[in-house]
Amino acid sequence: MREPVLLGKLAKLIRSKNAGPFWITFDIMFATDTDFKRVVTAKVLTKSWIAQTYQVEEDSVIFVEITAASAIKFSFPRPRIQGDLGETDMYSGQQYAPLLNIEIR
Amino acid sequence: MTASRISLISPTGALGMGFLDQSLERGISLKPDVIACDAGSTDSGPFYLGSGTPKMSRRAVLRDLRRLLLARDQLKVPLIIGSCGTSGVDSGVDWMREMTLEIAREEGLSFKLGRIYSEQKPESMAQAFQSGNIEALPGAPEIDEQLIQNCSHIVAMMGHEPIVNLLKEKFDVVLCGRASDTALFSALPLMRGFLPGPVWHCAKTIECGAICSTSTRADGVFAEIDDNGFSVEPLALDSSCTPLSLASHTLYENADPYLIREPSGMLDTQNARYQKLSERKTRVEGSVFRTDRYTLKLEGATCTGFQTVAIGGVRDPYIIARVDSWLAEMKVFFAERLKELTGKTLGKEVRLDISQYGKNAVMGELEKSSAQIPNEIGLLFCVTAPEQALANDVARFITHTASHWPIPEWDGFISGIAFPFSPPEIDRGPVYRFVLNHVLIPESPLSAFRFEMENI
Repeated sequence: MREPVLLGKLAKLIRSKNAGPFWITFDIMFATDTDFKRVVTAKVLTKSWIAQTYQVEEDSVIFVEITAASAIKFSFPRPRIQGDLGETDMYSGQQYAPLLNIEIR
Repeated sequence: MTASRISLISPTGALGMGFLDQSLERGISLKPDVIACDAGSTDSGPFYLGSGTPKMSRRAVLRDLRRLLLARDQLKVPLIIGSCGTSGVDSGVDWMREMTLEIAREEGLSFKLGRIYSEQKPESMAQAFQSGNIEALPGAPEIDEQLIQNCSHIVAMMGHEPIVNLLKEKFDVVLCGRASDTALFSALPLMRGFLPGPVWHCAKTIECGAICSTSTRADGVFAEIDDNGFSVEPLALDSSCTPLSLASHTLYENADPYLIREPSGMLDTQNARYQKLSERKTRVEGSVFRTDRYTLKLEGATCTGFQTVAIGGVRDPYIIARVDSWLAEMKVFFAERLKELTGKTLGKEVRLDISQYGKNAVMGELEKSSAQIPNEIGLLFCVTAPEQALANDVARFITHTASHWPIPEWDGFISGIAFPFSPPEIDRGPVYRFVLNHVLIPESPLSAFRFEMENI
């Protein structure tokens, strides 16, 4: 059994960003196909984890594993329209932090 | 088709972000058939469309535009600038034209200048909505005619067709209102008959300049399209376009990594294959484009009020330990004071948001981290009201009262907030809201746009 590692240590880049004013998208990128496959087979980063963490409907989440880019991407409708009253993150650039602590076995 | 390949340069991700002079020089030496550059986005929020003002400074845009106009003059190829003035409103195109003329005068340049305007009158869009020619995209906010009429600006995002319309007439410089970033790059290749799959995928890959390379510096890339695919390399010799960097860029700012909607159809990159040609250059094949019903994406913004903000910090550990209840108590007082002074209700006509930086200000209710108690908390008070003067009046009694709000640990009059500025209140001006996530079904790809042409 391998030592568990945090997703934040394993990924080359984790980022969040607006995808237009009505969507938010997250990219998790890996330096190697091996790291990418390790996260894919661990099956801990899932639609249900996303729905629970970000308090959104599971059905509204687009989740894709992209082999050509050694990357995982997920998106969902922005809970608040970009820039609407009460906005805290205009670019959605700092919404990825909870991903860092996912344990990958 | 007149040639078996066509080449393009994308000098930077957004006009005004800058690029290295030596990179552009290298781009010129590669003799591209067209230079295209995007100058706008909704990414920075609704203010730019709502107010019709540009995000980039005039001096920054002027610097890049001058170099591109000179490069175009040297190469005698078209220069296409999209989404002028950030939002692509009519005044953004006029702003870009005025700079273009200034540079032409100073540098002694002459060219055929075409402008494409994409702003839509709220009244005619309300009519289009009424006659069923505006449709909601998934998750779009509810709209009605009144809301459309209330938009301060509405733009339609053009496809490549209006640009081709001018390129066919041999225009040298084309300044576009709101345009799909990809349309700027695909216009000439599509006009010359190259296959839409590789053309649109190439356009999507290079629209942000060197962001698709291994470098994150604002700079450019060079691309070549042929019958079966396209290749990309950065203009800077010290970075590379690798299969990974190109495939990764398809992800950027897209909800779906494979499907990208354009006015005339859908680009599908699911079966794209990335092949390394050299250390710096990668080739892509296999993407397809499926023609679909013609639609134009609409963007619109309305003014939702005026804001005054104040920033202050708390360092007292007694206050920090009870900051939530401390703020909640004063909010009750603010509501009473607001009613007394203006007759208005807090949370209805006037809104108050207090963010605690250092404690959940970024993620709000989603924050799950069991945070330790910080030694400082930054407070951001944000008042939104129907008029600026009212927002400022409210903010003024809020800052004063808040800074002296008592805590039981201290007996006497305290100053509990460290304000860095005098006055602590800062008027933010009008605030806007994106209200349209809709498409217009136009009579034709050109019908929503207006063309202006002149010889410089």
